[in-house]
Amino acid sequence: MKHLRPVNNKAKAIDESVNAQTAAMEQDVVALQQQVRPHVPMGCTLSFSPGWEVDAGGGTAGLCQPVERDIYDCYVTCFWPVQVPDHVNYSPDWASNCAAAARDWRSLDIIFP
Amino acid sequence: MTALLTHVYRSGEVHRFAAEGQDFIYLVSAGAIFALDGAVAQVLSMLDAQEMEHGALVQALVDAGQSHADAEDLVRELRLARVIVSDQTVAAPAPATPPVDYPLQALVLNITNQCNLACTYCYEFGADKIATPNGKPKYMTLDTAKASVDLLLAQSGGRPAVHITFFGGETLMNFPLLREVVAYATEQAGSSGRTITFSLTTNATLLTDEIIEFLAEKQIGVTVSMDGPQELQDKRRVYKSGKGSYAVIEPKLRKLIARHRSRAITARVTLTDGVTDVIRIFRHLKDDIGFHEVGFAPVTTSGTRDYSLSDDGMNSVLAQFHQLADEWLDYALKGWMHGFTNVSETIGELVQGTNKSHPCGAGLGLLGVSPSGDLSPCHRFTDADSHVMGHVSSGIDRAAQGEFLSKGHVGAKYACQSCWARPLCAGGCHHEAFVRYGDTGHANLHYCDWIREWTGRCLEIHGAISVKNPEFLEKFAQRKGLS
Repeated sequence: MKHLRPVNNKAKAIDESVNAQTAAMEQDVVALQQQVRPHVPMGCTLSFSPGWEVDAGGGTAGLCQPVERDIYDCYVTCFWPVQVPDHVNYSPDWASNCAAAARDWRSLDIIFP
Repeated sequence: MTALLTHVYRSGEVHRFAAEGQDFIYLVSAGAIFALDGAVAQVLSMLDAQEMEHGALVQALVDAGQSHADAEDLVRELRLARVIVSDQTVAAPAPATPPVDYPLQALVLNITNQCNLACTYCYEFGADKIATPNGKPKYMTLDTAKASVDLLLAQSGGRPAVHITFFGGETLMNFPLLREVVAYATEQAGSSGRTITFSLTTNATLLTDEIIEFLAEKQIGVTVSMDGPQELQDKRRVYKSGKGSYAVIEPKLRKLIARHRSRAITARVTLTDGVTDVIRIFRHLKDDIGFHEVGFAPVTTSGTRDYSLSDDGMNSVLAQFHQLADEWLDYALKGWMHGFTNVSETIGELVQGTNKSHPCGAGLGLLGVSPSGDLSPCHRFTDADSHVMGHVSSGIDRAAQGEFLSKGHVGAKYACQSCWARPLCAGGCHHEAFVRYGDTGHANLHYCDWIREWTGRCLEIHGAISVKNPEFLEKFAQRKGLS
């Protein structure tokens, strides 16, 4: 430690423990929790599959893609483990009437496997 | 949205003190002592004024001239060391209770409950006695003593070294047994590859050349209960006839100290009404008689007895303690041992950073054995029916031990929770609490102020030595077998 100088045995043990924790923390990934927070432009997140996140203002309006776009991550790339149709085996055409999710999402139909 | 954790900091439980121009803190949750720099002192004084949110605290430090990174590092260091705390940090746990099968380290064998003196303040025979010796053996038999040794070795787990203290009554009234126990225990310990050491407490009246020779040869530590020069010693440490014991013991003590060089010879003084001349007692016992260490304790009483220390008496005692503490520090700065036990013991614990779950080892690593073989938490509970904790033949009564230890845990003593001196005190002597309050688990509230004053003083002494002669603390720890 830099500011506290241990002067008895117990304090030396604490010193060693704090130094070990500090070293571990310096390896840690803190991303948006770090102080001061990094600059994140409005409308962007650090993940390039937006939709389920919020934007830097705490809402969903400023995302660079609409939240509805997120459903394709679940459908096509299995990015998110939710109950969506399986496009490989049973429902290859499920999204074919939905060219632009923000506009056409109502065309996505319920399916019965 | 992710809610970021916001720390609102306040000062942790610390006792601040200064010595030799250096600021220190005693960290109560651990018993640790740290020297501080100005930046820490600044944080603590900011937080003394008000609680502060993380960002505000960092900003205040930046405003005071630190770089942002340094300020963050400082706050993190203090948080990790628990010098500052917030509701989001994990609270320091209370010292854990050692496991129920904690290995024994020492037994105190009350090899007799008989005494040739009749000291008026005696806790075993005096007005506040708790012993119920009627109908019980007066002298321990060899069989009981051997069973005690066997119990100690069997229950001491993997400890490489164990200890037996001989006690009474007057211990030397059963010297023939003592001699046999030393032989038996040394042999038994040796056959299991362990070492065993011995000590005894005596009033010194029955010391003979032969006994002194034996004690020196077997390296048996000796503590002598003694109250000072003649007129103080003879005030209460008297024979049943009323005759004082000083004239009998003085020549014997000189012989003992001249011959016995293998262990420290210690005097243990009981302070009572009219026996408060600490400095004169210390000079006499240390410089004139030649004891290596001299320790003082106020008499244990249930309240007001004619021998109790008055408040005035206690204040005078404390003032003289401080004077001896000054001397102790002067000696330490020159690298010398002083011999005032009341400082030495506390410094020993501060060097280590003791953080006690219980005030002492009674019922934990140490047990008392009465002449009949009954086990008790320590020698002070010997022969008290209310505190039997098993028998050497049947082993330790784990239920009674568990109850005693859960009552005596510092976490169970409400008054101690806000006291910064609890790592060393932990509520104080179980026996004194029982005599005073009828409950071994009661904090000894009648001397809280005194304990805090004394602990504070010893912290300052420790601090001063750490600044001016730190090598002494290492040497001291080695001598006390701590490091």
